[in-house]
Amino acid sequence: MTGTLLAEQVLNGLQFGVMLFLMASGLTLVFGVMGLINLAHGSLYMVGAFVCAAVAAASGSFAIGLAAALAASATAGAIVEVTVIRRLYDRNHLDQVLATFALILIFSEGTRWIFGAFPLYLDVPAALSGAVHLPGGLSYPAYRLAIIGVGLTVAAGLFLLINLTGLGVRIRAGEADREMIAALGIDIARLYTIVFALGAALAGLAGAMIGPIQSVQVGMGEPVLILAFVVVVIGGIGSIKGALIGAILVGMTDTTGRILLPMLLSRVIEPAAAATVGSALASMLIYVLMATILVWRPTGLVGKPR
Amino acid sequence: MNRETAINIGLLFALLSAGLVAWAIDAPFGLTLAAKVAILGLAGVGLNLALGYGGLVSFGHAAFFGIGGYAAGILASHAQNYSPLLSWPFEIAGTTSMPVIWLVAVLAAGVAALPIGALSLRTGGVHFIMITLAFAQMIYYFAISWPAYGGEDGLSLYLRNGFPGLNTMDPLSFFLLCYGMLVLVLGLAAMLVRSRFGLALEMSRQNALRLGSLGIRPFDVRLIAFVLSAMIAGLSGALFADLNRFVSPTMLGWHLSGDLIVFVIIGGVGRLCGPVVGAAVFVILEQQLGALTEHWQLVFGVLLLLVVLFARGGVIGLLAGRASHV
Repeated sequence: MTGTLLAEQVLNGLQFGVMLFLMASGLTLVFGVMGLINLAHGSLYMVGAFVCAAVAAASGSFAIGLAAALAASATAGAIVEVTVIRRLYDRNHLDQVLATFALILIFSEGTRWIFGAFPLYLDVPAALSGAVHLPGGLSYPAYRLAIIGVGLTVAAGLFLLINLTGLGVRIRAGEADREMIAALGIDIARLYTIVFALGAALAGLAGAMIGPIQSVQVGMGEPVLILAFVVVVIGGIGSIKGALIGAILVGMTDTTGRILLPMLLSRVIEPAAAATVGSALASMLIYVLMATILVWRPTGLVGKPR
Repeated sequence: MNRETAINIGLLFALLSAGLVAWAIDAPFGLTLAAKVAILGLAGVGLNLALGYGGLVSFGHAAFFGIGGYAAGILASHAQNYSPLLSWPFEIAGTTSMPVIWLVAVLAAGVAALPIGALSLRTGGVHFIMITLAFAQMIYYFAISWPAYGGEDGLSLYLRNGFPGLNTMDPLSFFLLCYGMLVLVLGLAAMLVRSRFGLALEMSRQNALRLGSLGIRPFDVRLIAFVLSAMIAGLSGALFADLNRFVSPTMLGWHLSGDLIVFVIIGGVGRLCGPVVGAAVFVILEQQLGALTEHWQLVFGVLLLLVVLFARGGVIGLLAGRASHV
């Protein structure tokens, strides 16, 4: 195998990992601060993708679509938080799972109602449509590089937000002791709405940016949601740092595994069988990774020991 | 006989009568629906063992349901094509005999549940939900990417598998068979819940520390409950495959895991016949709302949300009052 192919796969893995991070960071933030498991997070991703595709098609500008997607997913998140999610903080996880499962049904069917059953397509913005020549003779799509750039910037922004700003202090305090920060005069209901809307905006950003790469369709959020769960489990619940490490790990493992496993197997068994077995095994690889990490550290790589 | 037992007997009698009435007025579709309620209810009874009595919120039971379904599909397809399932080191042929298929389905689901349960039970709470979901998804993707048995397209069965002495293609016979299995498993579950093991399981949910201090490892009790629960789901999956004469990765999908939890919740958590009621409500709503609008899942989602937020204890809780075991 050539080094160029490997480098390309590593970049693909990084891009996938960065997308997963945008999803997983919202999930883990909401879980860490509010103790809520939110299955409907994938629906907010879908909202972002649909709004971006629709607005970009109407206005002809991807940037306007992206801005609309961020606003729409944050707004949808805030509305859902105020109407439904708020009632679930004191409930057990089973109720949270069911209520957010119901939200998925509502979001998916509602989206199908508004946009129809056919997938929407979103073009790569003209400024980023070409390929970039990287050192070593590798040329890589500029748009995918932009995704990696945006994802890493958002990750850095989140670290700064959590560690340096007043809002970050309140979020961390909320994770540590809810009642205490309420007693200190912080409007905890408003804080929760902000955190939830922030997570929703991150999911919407991920959905909007993936639009030009995948088709935009109902149910697109669910596979990503489940991968984001894997990321959160690997990284440790409630930890943004863990989400970043876990996301890159999962993205790399999945992408390179799909290429490497069939190639490695073809040295042992005949190529046709190797392709079949290899791709079937590769689809299971990240779950094997999760199981291995669970055996080693049940609370995740960055999780606090129980 | 306490009130809940009377209600349970009444409910089971109602399901039987529904099937018989459908047969009497010559409505085979009604019989198929009644069989569907019995089969899905059976899967719910399985999940209820882990979720209701053991407090283990498994979001991955579709995996075991689907494994049971694929066991039926794979065995039947080999029998139909006269190709052996395994030719080395010894030959294993496919079969279309339901009892054999059920045994294989139950064992396959149990064998899959053992490592999944053992790994998932290393954690608890919200971890457990996400990990069971992830493992089920792993099996789902494996089924999609493994082309030998239809991959994404699924696997059709030309004929329903046979049961000695019955014509299973006859809707009434098939319904009675499913109903019989449901009643049998409900009886076993009732005995299990009342047994020493059932009491230990109950305590592992309420106070694991105390259970440990009595010399019983909560992990073992939970793992056994999880495996048993998966085995029942596997049996139900095998029946479901025969009902539709079709197996596809959808049976392994996470939507089905969610639906199974919904059955348990609508009926009442930790109530013996709760999941059967939940399955009946689900099938009826699917039928009635589906006839009204193609967006019935939207209405169902709203209803589910209202039930979770405002009505707790499920249908059995409404009819029979608070659970005796809480």
